[in-house]
Parts: sequence; structure tokens; C-alpha cells
Amino acid sequence: MDTAESTTAVKKNSKFKQSLVNFFTDLYKINQFILRFFREAFVPPFEFKEIVRQCFEVGVRSFTLISVTGFIVGVIFTKQSRPSLSEFGAQSWLPSLVSIAIMRALAPLVTALIASGKVGSSIGAELGSMRVTEQIDAMEVSGTKPFKFLVCTRVLATTLTIPILSTYTGLIAILGGFLNVSQNEGTSWSTFIQQVFEPLTFVDFVASLIKSIVFGFTIGIVGCYQGYNSTKGTEGVGKAANGAVVTAMFLVFIEEVIIVQITSWFR
Amino acid sequence: MKKTHTPTDHSNPVISIRGLKKAFEDYAVLRGIDLDLYQGENLVVLGRSGTGKSVLIKIISGLLKPDAGEITVLGHNMEQITEKELQELRVRIGFSFQNSALYDSMTVRKNLEFPLVRNRKGITRAEINTAVETVLDAVGLSQTINQMPAELSGGQRKRIGIARTLILNPEIMLYDEPTAGLDPITCIEINDLINEVQQRYNTSSIIITHDLTCAKQTGDRIAMLLDGQFQRTGTFDEVFDTDDTRVKPFFDYNFIH
Ligand SMILES: Nc1ncnc2c1ncn2[C@@H]1O[C@H](COP(=O)(O)OP(=O)(O)OP(=O)(O)O)[C@@H](O)[C@H]1O
Ligand SMILES: [Mg+2]
Repeated sequence: MDTAESTTAVKKNSKFKQSLVNFFTDLYKINQFILRFFREAFVPPFEFKEIVRQCFEVGVRSFTLISVTGFIVGVIFTKQSRPSLSEFGAQSWLPSLVSIAIMRALAPLVTALIASGKVGSSIGAELGSMRVTEQIDAMEVSGTKPFKFLVCTRVLATTLTIPILSTYTGLIAILGGFLNVSQNEGTSWSTFIQQVFEPLTFVDFVASLIKSIVFGFTIGIVGCYQGYNSTKGTEGVGKAANGAVVTAMFLVFIEEVIIVQITSWFR
Repeated sequence: MKKTHTPTDHSNPVISIRGLKKAFEDYAVLRGIDLDLYQGENLVVLGRSGTGKSVLIKIISGLLKPDAGEITVLGHNMEQITEKELQELRVRIGFSFQNSALYDSMTVRKNLEFPLVRNRKGITRAEINTAVETVLDAVGLSQTINQMPAELSGGQRKRIGIARTLILNPEIMLYDEPTAGLDPITCIEINDLINEVQQRYNTSSIIITHDLTCAKQTGDRIAMLLDGQFQRTGTFDEVFDTDDTRVKPFFDYNFIH
């Protein structure tokens, strides 16, 4: 019937409208959340002890996985690039290629993705369960500022720690690359290192650093936002953890594209 | 143990609520609440599940915003209160949560220290330790000091939750179902604790419950929340001297079964 069709069309339309409205309310809310972070994070008293503890947590949580992944990425990337380069007889460029790929792109990205999974989800779950069991309310009514104590510390921790982890991932990956190169081409460590640093410019270092800082901030903010605003019930905790990972990864990819575009203007 | 009566000062309400309304989406939970809590009194709020008892005390402590109405707590109008004043006010109000809300990641000692360390700048380690030992002793759980919340029983968690609010020497205590889900003997212990707290710390309290034994043992005055309003207020006997079918089942269930 005509009317039935039109009502389903109207329903679909209103559903679409609703999700559009939801999307923009979310955007607004996350914006408010970020602004609140900047309003509260840099006003004394500072939670140094808690920040250090959180940095440690971030490091410990992702250290093993990052070490293994970084190393494997280095070995595999070197191995896979060799045939293409040797086709042009450009095998000697291998260390330079490895270093550019790893330092510019792979290390920050791999670190950010792993940290989204390990750190982002655990922040989401942790704050989510604190919200659901009213621990955040309990902090609030005891006259302490839970946002500052829970959110600001975690966001600062990821923002500070992810760049360090990222650098570490890069070094481990390059080590992996070296082991592969020295095995196949017999290149010595000193020659290898020289070739690794030769193609890297100041812009590369700054861009990589900025990138990991942005990634770290994103992972912290998204995890905290999801957890801090999670809804009632144990289901809310799972949703917060899952939402933290998915959103953080999505944003990391988008930021990667944008930052790569911006850096290319400086080269 | 029935409480020994401390005189309540009826000229001096520490909490005063007029025309409080609160709705969630379309559902009007509180529909015009008037309430005075006087200095030194234990006021019991009775009501069925879902009538908005928890919502009421969350509004009093500023966790939820009311839709309408005037609320004065310890001389502060809650609508005009600044962030800083609210934070200072909250230190003077103890809130014991329905599910205890202990910090999972901290030991009992850290749980108790937390409000102190955060609110009393410059407090010494020795002072903290003394305060922690004193409140733990008050709730009779000194031996649990190094345990994690997950290792405690429900009744122990309730008591640690109460201890955590006592550590700041609050003037007002808000208990959200302090005896729910506990065995009768533990209930009596908690009731005694509530009375003891009132005498020892000279607090004024709102006690939310649907346990009439608790209401009878602790309450100076009972207020019955029905359909979003306080329909019956008075002493225990006054409140239950009625044939109202919304009130009687409470009494019958507790004392006939
Ligand atoms: N944050 C909230 N968002 C939406 N609805 C809520 C919220 N808090 C409470 N409600 C609703 O308000 C009503 C009253 O809730 P409240 O927790 O105050 O009940 P209660 O009287 O404490 O019940 P119980 O004895 O089971 O604890 C319920 O219907 C609940 O669904
Ligand atoms: Mg309740």
C-alpha cells in the first residue's frame, strides 16, 4: 500500500535524522570534554604522583606487545622490500628505505594501534566500571575532583608515554631490520646505522613526534570519554571498552592522513 | 537497641526542600517534595523500589540537578552555589552509597585515606594513620585495613563505606539503604552503628530504607515517599496507623511474615 510505504519511509527518514542528531550531540559533548581537560589539567594542584603512576601503567601494559610487534615489523618489512629493490639493483638502499618507512610511518602508527587496543580499552573499561559502580560519584561527593584525578592524569600519561613508546618501537624495528640485513647482505652495524640516519631530516623527527603526541592524546581522551560517560549496567562497561578501541583506531587513521598531508607541505 | 533520644532542634533545619521536582525523560519521579531535616535528627525515608529515594539524596548532594524547587543545605542555596562552595559543602556531607562504591583498585586503608589526603592539605602521615584507625575502630573492622574491597563481605563493604564518609567528620549523613541485602543480625549491627554515629559525631541523617526494623530502630521521624511525594510523615506509629493500601503492605510484610 501507498500509505504503508510512506510511513516506513518516514520512519527511516526520522531514524536517519535521529542518528545525525546523535552524531552531532556526541561531537559537541566530546568537544566539551576536551575543553574541560584543558581547563582543569593545567591548574594547580597537579597530580604528579598519579600521572607518573599512569605513565608506568601505559608503558607496562603495552611494552611486551610493542616489543614483539616492532621487531617483527622490522624484520618482515626488510624481507619483503628486498626483492623489489634488487630488481633495480638498488639493494644497498635497503637500510635507508627501512628507516624512512619505519620512522616516518610505521612506528607511530603501529604503536598507536597497539596502544588503542591495550591502553584505550583498559582505560575505557576501568573508568566505565568506576562510573557504573558509582565510584566516580563517590569521589565527587567526597569533595575531590574525579575529572582531574581520573581523566586529566590518564590523558597526560598517554600523551607523554606514547611518543616514548613510539621511539622505542622504531628502534626495535630498526634492530629487526638490521638483523635481517646483516644476515643477508653482511652489512656491519656502523654502516647500517649511518645509512639509517642519512635520509632522515629534522622535519621527519618533528613530524613523527607531533604525530605520536596527537595519537597519545587521542587514545587517552577517547578512552576516558567513553569510560567517564558510560551508561549504567555492566553492559555499559563493555560498550565503553569497545567504543574506546574502535573510535581511537578510527581517529588515529584520520589523523595520520591529515598529518602526512601537512608534513608534505614542509618538505 | 532502640536509640537513646538526643533532642532535635526544630528551629534549625540543616536541609530544607520546597517543591522539588525531577523527571527523567517523560517519567516524573519526584513530583513536589517538601522536606526539613533538623539538626541532630535521624529521618528515615521509606518507599518502594523505583520511587526516587536515591534520586532525592543525589539531588541533595548535588550529583543530580533538580528540574524545579528550592533546596537549602547547611545554609547554602543549591541553585546559586558556586563550584568551590559546593566542593566545600560536600566535605561536610557524608554519602553512604547503596552499593558501597568502594574504590576497587585501592586497599581499605587507601579507600579511607583518599578523602582525607585530597581535602586536608598539609595533613601529616601520623594524623592520617590515627584518623584511619579511629574510623575503622568505630565500624569495628580494624583487621581489614590491608584488604582489597573485593575480599570483603557485603556487610563489611557497607561498613567501610560508612567509615570512609565518617573520616571527614560530616555534619550530615545520607545513608542509601544501609541494610539492604544483609542478614538480620548484621542489619541490627548496622542500625546500632547508625545510632552510634549520630551520637558520637552529632550528625543529622537521612536514612533511606525499605527495612522497617531499620526504620524503627534508627528513625526519630519517618517520611513515606509515595507517587513522587511525601504522603505520610511522623513517628513510626503515626505513619503506620492507617488503612492506606499503599502503606499497609510495608508493615504487614515486615512484621507478619
Ligand atoms: N540517571 C538516571 N537516568 C535516568 N533515569 C534514572 C536515573 N536515575 C534514576 N532514574 C530513574 O528514576 C527512578 C527512581 O530511581 P531511584 O534509584 O531513585 O529509585 P529508588 O527509590 O532508590 O529505588 P531502590 O529502592 O530500588 O533503590 C527509576 O525509575 C529510575 O529508572
Ligand atoms: Mg535506591
